[in-house]
Amino acid sequence: MKVIVPTQLRGYTGGRAEVEATGETLGAALWDLDRQFPGFRFRVIDEQDRVRRHIVLFVGEDREEDLGAVIPPGAALFIIGALSGG
Amino acid sequence: MSLQLYIATRKGVWIATAGADRRTWSLQDPKFLGQQCHHVVLDPRDGVTLLCASRQWHLGPTVFRSTDGGATWKEASSPPRFPTGEPRARAVDHVFWLTPGHASEPGVWYCGTAPQGLFRSEDGGVSWAPVAGYNDHPDQQTWAGDDKDQTPDGGKLHSILVDPRDPQHLYLGMSGGGFFESTDTGATWRPLNSGVAMDFAPPKEDGSEYPFGHDPHCVVQHPLQPDRLWRQDHCGFYRIDRPSDRWERVGKALPAEIGDIGFGVLTHPRDADTAWMFPMDGGGDWPRTPPGGRPAVYRTRDAGQSWARCDAGFPAEQAWWTIKRQAMCIDGRDPAGIYLGNTGGELWASDDEGDSFFCLFRHLPHIFAVTVGETA
Repeated sequence: MKVIVPTQLRGYTGGRAEVEATGETLGAALWDLDRQFPGFRFRVIDEQDRVRRHIVLFVGEDREEDLGAVIPPGAALFIIGALSGG
Repeated sequence: MSLQLYIATRKGVWIATAGADRRTWSLQDPKFLGQQCHHVVLDPRDGVTLLCASRQWHLGPTVFRSTDGGATWKEASSPPRFPTGEPRARAVDHVFWLTPGHASEPGVWYCGTAPQGLFRSEDGGVSWAPVAGYNDHPDQQTWAGDDKDQTPDGGKLHSILVDPRDPQHLYLGMSGGGFFESTDTGATWRPLNSGVAMDFAPPKEDGSEYPFGHDPHCVVQHPLQPDRLWRQDHCGFYRIDRPSDRWERVGKALPAEIGDIGFGVLTHPRDADTAWMFPMDGGGDWPRTPPGGRPAVYRTRDAGQSWARCDAGFPAEQAWWTIKRQAMCIDGRDPAGIYLGNTGGELWASDDEGDSFFCLFRHLPHIFAVTVGETA
């Protein structure tokens, strides 16, 4: 699947805004990203497998918090840094 | 060998290097620009390794490590984190405090987190493991209390002190929760809060003291006389001389109109009777600003029996910034140099132990922490 990476995480992807990942579920895709880019997952998911407070994940157009959610064929994963800050 | 300041801010880290006279400093371009950095500490055992406790607004907490003076940084392979699936489902929000281990244990570091957690590294900060004797203590939640007992962005574990005579002898502070001691490298803990006021709790009917639940803001240990500790608490300023278990409120000797509320505390590198604190307004709505808008450090030379106001060089009026608990530090030179970073992004310094202050840098982001180190 295609993964859209926010600017905050591009230090892990060599500056790339778009990378590829495999996995049938959201959780599996995030583990695949961590395999490719060590440390990536913990910045997005806490140690209790919760999406971090200021991170939003979209599978296709659907906002998703369930790491067990199945990623439909052809859908992209969007990782978004939410509006917090200042 | 050079003297450096490590300035951790709400939006990155700045490293400054002193000229020969400690009046002229060079400021490097920022590291981690845009990230919240709570503490940057140079390893005094090698004068080279730097650790940085960082989080990004949106991302999770981590620790970065540099072995080239801050030019390049690498993230910890296993950052501090609670065990997945633990019953309390705690997650580290941010790494707040970093303490190098004992001189005899190169590579050992401790860190404190929010919510309160204690973690240890044995490989120079590359990987971190929970200290179960603290994190999983059956009374830990009772000590720390709930959200109402915590600092606004989460309860903090801080002031991790390693006795220079004994690597097994540790202290730590909890905001809130109190100050605790371990003599077995963190396997077991006991509170050390006798004599400390707890004005935010009702008096106990039997007249006894609360053993824990206090709010130490910062505690320091004298490096050459480690039985002497100074404590800036939410409810006053204290000194203890171990093996006594009772703190003495030496802040009572400060002028009543100034009070003894503050965040940071410094102990002199050689003279155990000398200490500094920075009073802040703890009345009314607790603005935590210099009383009257007139900043001053207060210094004792007699173990807290008397205090001298040190305000030469500071603004004489209308200065309303705050010095956070990690944003006061002191170097080991003679005379000792004092450094204070404020919430307005200014770095103030004294090269004469507080007799006079001058502003080193302005226009930085809100300063969370300032530490000082001598590079190899």
